[in-house]
Amino acid sequence: MTKHVTGYLRRALGALMVAGALGVAGPAAAGDNPHDPYEGFNRAMFAVNEGLDMVLFKPIAQGYDAALPLPAQAGISSFFDNLLEIQNALNNLLQGKGGDAAIDLGRLLVNSTVGIFGLFDVASELGLEHHREDFGQTLAVWGWAESDFLFWPGLGPRTVRDTGGLAVDIYTDPTWATKYKSVATRNSLVGLRFVDLRASLLPTDKLVDEAALDKYAYVRDGYLQRRRNLIHDGRAPRLDD
Amino acid sequence: MKRLFALAFATLLSAAALAQNTPDVLIRQVSEEVLEIVRKDKDIQSGNTAKAISLVDAKVIPHFNFQHMTALAVGKDWRKASPQQQQQLTAEFKTLLVRTYSNALTSYRDQKIVYKPFRMNAGDTDVLVRSEVQQAGHKPVQIDYNLEKLDSGWKVYDVSVAGISLITNYREQFAQEVRNGGIDGLINSIAAKNKSLEAKVAKAEGK
Repeated sequence: MTKHVTGYLRRALGALMVAGALGVAGPAAAGDNPHDPYEGFNRAMFAVNEGLDMVLFKPIAQGYDAALPLPAQAGISSFFDNLLEIQNALNNLLQGKGGDAAIDLGRLLVNSTVGIFGLFDVASELGLEHHREDFGQTLAVWGWAESDFLFWPGLGPRTVRDTGGLAVDIYTDPTWATKYKSVATRNSLVGLRFVDLRASLLPTDKLVDEAALDKYAYVRDGYLQRRRNLIHDGRAPRLDD
Repeated sequence: MKRLFALAFATLLSAAALAQNTPDVLIRQVSEEVLEIVRKDKDIQSGNTAKAISLVDAKVIPHFNFQHMTALAVGKDWRKASPQQQQQLTAEFKTLLVRTYSNALTSYRDQKIVYKPFRMNAGDTDVLVRSEVQQAGHKPVQIDYNLEKLDSGWKVYDVSVAGISLITNYREQFAQEVRNGGIDGLINSIAAKNKSLEAKVAKAEGK
């Protein structure tokens, strides 16, 4: 089984590198989107990801979705969200939002205890609002507002800024830490979180397929709008009409 | 007779109330009315898209300004389109939006909509109504409505889900189609998309 998966991954990686080389070397796609100078590369990576998703990520997520009742899935999502409160608080502090950082730590305290290791989001019921913050957002608040789009297989849509942010986020993310757990346990947890995230996105698959004329562009522009919204904490000013 | 009169009077009152509604009350009333119907309709809950579309057509569409929405989605190319092309674009885009998002109604279960405090100055003609969809075990999803005041009342011209405008998210795709095939190329590709979705619905219902 393991051998099978390894062989599979190696082939997938090979396909990925070929596609990447094609994307970089080949003519850039016709678009002249100012946010997407690497469109050729990105579209190739998007295609690789769609392939991986079809044969690997999505079937696993569907199996997970079918096997686990919704309350269990909700518990797992909340558990991982709770671990990220440290990161939320840290980034809120870095962005000068001490009040929000205090709320994040309050949430961590309440959900880790009353919410039984974060399995239940009791803090939201108490009116402690959840804020998702990461280092990419902090960089944006510090002045790196606009960044070129990048698409990574497995990671999905990002920007140059958010890719760098992600590298920093790994250090402030307890799920990734190996101080108190083995690498194998860490890998299982990261894998579980990935599957849980993918499963939570299953209902939107159909919507995006139906709504988009060009799925890549729809996902890209949706991601860029979503990030803008997160950077402005849900109150992004309207762009020119 | 007396009853009939009372009924007519009540209808008149509610029509007058609707016309004078502030935008937040309008959104709230329309949402409540639609969700109340969905809660009772087993067909829609089990995925009957055609029925969901007819509900949206009857209750939701009258409060939207599709011409403005289409102009927003098309962006600067909108002015290059002839009035007739603008009409065609609006019709096709409307079909696409209604079909895609009516489907969302079929997955409605027990979500709760919470409205954020609404502020508006006298004389405002362009406002934002903010709300949040809450569901046990899920993170809340922010839904914002942009409305403008027309002679016919307040009309929605944009909807954002989690900060993603469902309208301007089309802008780059539409611009690309116009670069490739002009305004008519864009009209044709939205029409082709609608046809393929229609074929899917027909197939699902034939089962």
